[in-house]
Amino acid sequence: MAITTVDVLNCLRQMADVIHENKEYLTDLDSAIGDADHGINMDRGFQAILKKLPSVEDKDAGTILKTAGMALVSSVGGAAGPLYGTAFMQAGMAIAGKYELEAEDLLAILDAALKGVIMRGRANLADKTMVDAITPAVNVIREALGNGAGTVEVLEQAAAAAKKGMKDTIPMLAKKGRASYLGERSIGHQDPGATSSYLLINTMAEMARVKE
Amino acid sequence: MKKLINKPEDVVKEELEGLALAYPDIVKVHFDPDYVYRADAPVKGKVALISGGGSGHEPMHGGLVGLGMLDGACPGQVFTSPTPDQMLEAAKMVHGGAGVLYIVKNYTGDVMNFEMAADMARSEGIRVLSILIDDDTAVKDSTWTAGRRGVGTTVLAEKIVGAAAEKGYDLKKLADLCRKVNINGRSMGMALTSCTVPMAGKPTFDLPEDEMEIGVGIHGEPGRERMSLKTADEITEMLALSIIDDPAYSRTVRELDEEKGEWVDVTLEDPPFKAGDQVLAFVNNMGGSAAVELPIIYRKLHEICEKKGLKIVRNLIGPYITSLEMQGCSITLLKMDDELLELWDAPVKTIGMRWGI
Ligand SMILES: Nc1ncnc2c1ncn2[C@@H]1O[C@H](COP(=O)(O)OP(=O)(O)OP(=O)(O)O)[C@@H](O)[C@H]1O
Ligand SMILES: [Mg+2]
Repeated sequence: MAITTVDVLNCLRQMADVIHENKEYLTDLDSAIGDADHGINMDRGFQAILKKLPSVEDKDAGTILKTAGMALVSSVGGAAGPLYGTAFMQAGMAIAGKYELEAEDLLAILDAALKGVIMRGRANLADKTMVDAITPAVNVIREALGNGAGTVEVLEQAAAAAKKGMKDTIPMLAKKGRASYLGERSIGHQDPGATSSYLLINTMAEMARVKE
Repeated sequence: MKKLINKPEDVVKEELEGLALAYPDIVKVHFDPDYVYRADAPVKGKVALISGGGSGHEPMHGGLVGLGMLDGACPGQVFTSPTPDQMLEAAKMVHGGAGVLYIVKNYTGDVMNFEMAADMARSEGIRVLSILIDDDTAVKDSTWTAGRRGVGTTVLAEKIVGAAAEKGYDLKKLADLCRKVNINGRSMGMALTSCTVPMAGKPTFDLPEDEMEIGVGIHGEPGRERMSLKTADEITEMLALSIIDDPAYSRTVRELDEEKGEWVDVTLEDPPFKAGDQVLAFVNNMGGSAAVELPIIYRKLHEICEKKGLKIVRNLIGPYITSLEMQGCSITLLKMDDELLELWDAPVKTIGMRWGI
């Protein structure tokens, strides 16, 4: 099952809905170990993406993702703006020119997104950041592709892995971002960025499920 | 939530509109992207100083724009770093041909957004250097955290480096001066209450009547330690000693290397204070403490400095780097020398700080 640019556009719109619905939840998570703005930041960013989508409706999937990334960079601020902005821009670059995406392209997208986040934020695994949700998703996609899995299966496994990665941040001691200032007090809370990453990856899986 | 605001999402925009109307002789405001800039910008031949960060710390940074201080300030949403396009557009507006220095507080968001902005400005042919302020002794190590936060020393650095820019220091010399101020300044803050981000609508954390947070930053975040409420003298002693007795602090930061044209890791070490040092003592109101309380803090700080052999040669008391309506204070000590003293005393005309004019 190939993913079309219409699917990509719909997926971004759905991501905006999901982030909007979870705005308070993400902000609450961020008030426990951060500065109570993550949901607000992400919502502002995805609303900015919605405004940009009409201008790229007839463009390739790479351009759509790059445009989304630029909208995030110029509207979110905070740590999440450059991190997700770079992730989307790098993901767009990885599928530049394509109008249809296959399962392998999903790996290219998420792998490039992860590399972008690491390049910008220099976080390691287990630092209690979004890297802890995205990394297991990328790993599991790579494995699933090796086993010949299709789009839906690949994305469902990725979402499950991201969810586990997100939950695994709870016992972690934060070493990056604002939460790191709390030292031991950051333990026992789920990382807001890892949570938004899971929500976004899960939305991709839902998009594929519905399409099938 | 009880605040003198209209809609929470309009707070920053309407604040900027008000500033532009109230102080047209000092600042102008550009919207979309948002930045505050000197009314007489660009000043030809002068290095332009730009800072920025989340809103909610007023008068920093917009209120520190003007003669002898910043040329531009980029306000983000409350407690959220601004975006690279604000910093880029501000640079284009204020640079007078001698380059731009970004003064960046060490928070992950600010650092990453300013890095992107510096790269963008350089690719448009503007000379840029960028210096971090990381002076918060509440953060003990840099290996396991994002490093010390930028707090009170930022205000002092903007004043001193701003005066030097006015005097004609070139970009490289200004960057060196800013780094020197940063490694010689240290701060420590505390909170009696939390504060409410307008968009969040409720306090960031709960703090019972009889407790306080020691080692807070400026974003209503919990600090290093919660303890039962103490007297002003005891609080002052805790803050002052954690600054004065702080050992040398070493960390690696990223700075732009002009020759290599890329970001490089630089290791910096803050020397500890020692008896005989001359210092500037800065007692900062977090925003919500009554003005009557700050001299009480200063009085004890003066006594402690004397006992420790530190001579206070200048002081600054008041709300300069606030955390919305949070009750509490921070103390900053900056080791002074003749160069810094002369620059500190130089004229300044901003919304939040004005003398010598
Ligand atoms: N260096 C990093 N690498 C990867 N992710 C990071 C890093 N630092 C922070 N994060 C992620 O960013 C999330 C916080 O994003 P948020 O939008 O709240 O920004 P912020 O830290 O509050 O920025 P600001 O301080 O400017 O407001 C964290 O939960 C974490 O997952
Ligand atoms: Mg946050």
